[in-house]
Amino acid sequence: MSAAAQPPLSNACGRLEAAWEVLRQIPDPEVPVISLCELGIVRDLRLREDGIDGLEVVLTPTYSGCPATELIQDDVRKALAPFGEIQVTLQRAPAWTTDWISEEGRAKLKGYGIAPPGPVAAGQGQPIRLVHRASLTKLACPRCGSEQTEKLSAFGSTACKALYRCLSCREPFEYFKPL
Amino acid sequence: MSQASIKVGSAPAVQYLLRLGDSCLVLAQRISEWSGHAPILEEDLALSNMALDLLGQARGLLTHAAKLDGQGHDEDQLAFLRDERQYLNPVLMELPRGDFAFTVLRNFAVATWLLLLWQQLEKSSDAELAAIAGKAVKEAAYHQQHAADWVVRLGDGTEESAARLRAALATLWPYFNELFDADAVDAAAQAQGLGPAWSSLKDDWLAHMGEVLREAGLSLPRNSAYQSAGRRGVHSEHMGHMLATLQYLQRAYPGGRW
Repeated sequence: MSAAAQPPLSNACGRLEAAWEVLRQIPDPEVPVISLCELGIVRDLRLREDGIDGLEVVLTPTYSGCPATELIQDDVRKALAPFGEIQVTLQRAPAWTTDWISEEGRAKLKGYGIAPPGPVAAGQGQPIRLVHRASLTKLACPRCGSEQTEKLSAFGSTACKALYRCLSCREPFEYFKPL
Repeated sequence: MSQASIKVGSAPAVQYLLRLGDSCLVLAQRISEWSGHAPILEEDLALSNMALDLLGQARGLLTHAAKLDGQGHDEDQLAFLRDERQYLNPVLMELPRGDFAFTVLRNFAVATWLLLLWQQLEKSSDAELAAIAGKAVKEAAYHQQHAADWVVRLGDGTEESAARLRAALATLWPYFNELFDADAVDAAAQAQGLGPAWSSLKDDWLAHMGEVLREAGLSLPRNSAYQSAGRRGVHSEHMGHMLATLQYLQRAYPGGRW
């Protein structure tokens, strides 16, 4: 990077802070009630290191095949365009986990009717469980709070969610699966 | 007008990655054939979602294989411009989707195998492969659990569903051999720390298969001597037909985009 292109430090900090502010407003395209930052997929925001005036955003994909990944990159590029040339870097490791969804994000999911994911440690690495499906679920309905719920399908409208129904209030709801 | 075919090099690391990447791609294609055709809506969604996961894993693997191959190809070129003999997936993956019992049993067998493989690949000396595995291992666990539920449900269901599951097992069984065949590509991968020899996964795989099949009221068939050779590019009659569907647009309209 040439000396002329390097902004003074205070400017750089202010610019990054302003960019973070914009980034925090970008919603997830599939679940627009929660932002990309709350979802935990924004890993870093920094000045570009290749000499081009602009910012580099480091994102991590949720699922390998999430069809929203490319849309998210476009959204980020468009929103941050006023800050110069935007470079989006996808970083796989360490792999995204639902544990990175913020507390605020979880509350928003619940308010939106999606049961937030439980902690990953409890669900991962378990052997195959061959038991009746109804006995597995102690998941509270995000609408009425009843624990009388049952799983309809392990995969909902997107790979990251499962489909449930509440036996008390009879409403179907989605569950953000721990990953 | 048509697009000329491409070939990849014979480096063992590239071949090892393509065997896995092509497995994910070809099975994704077969599973996605259920979109709009599954017996119930929930399974339509589940199968489509699992196909998407596999496709995403394939994209990472093919991109990485293309990079190691060093001919300047990308994931799309590897998927759309390789001929049948250049595809290195085991024949198991390309078999037509069959009925729901066949699909469910193949998905369970492959998810179990992939889960064991991804767990080892997380420790790969190749950082990119380890990163792909770190993500895929979590997805495979969901695929395995879901397929296992269905295997038990069908085996433990009606006479019709149990009969179909038994027929699926009899058809599929000989094709599982290829998942554990040992050869030079495997040995090189293991020696380099790239990934495990697939043969080393067999005992654990058999244990999982046996557990779930027993629960479903089926037993493991006797060993089969049949040996398919998709990993060396020798495929069944079904592969060319499947690739015709997969590749048609890019072959007929090179570089065409939506």
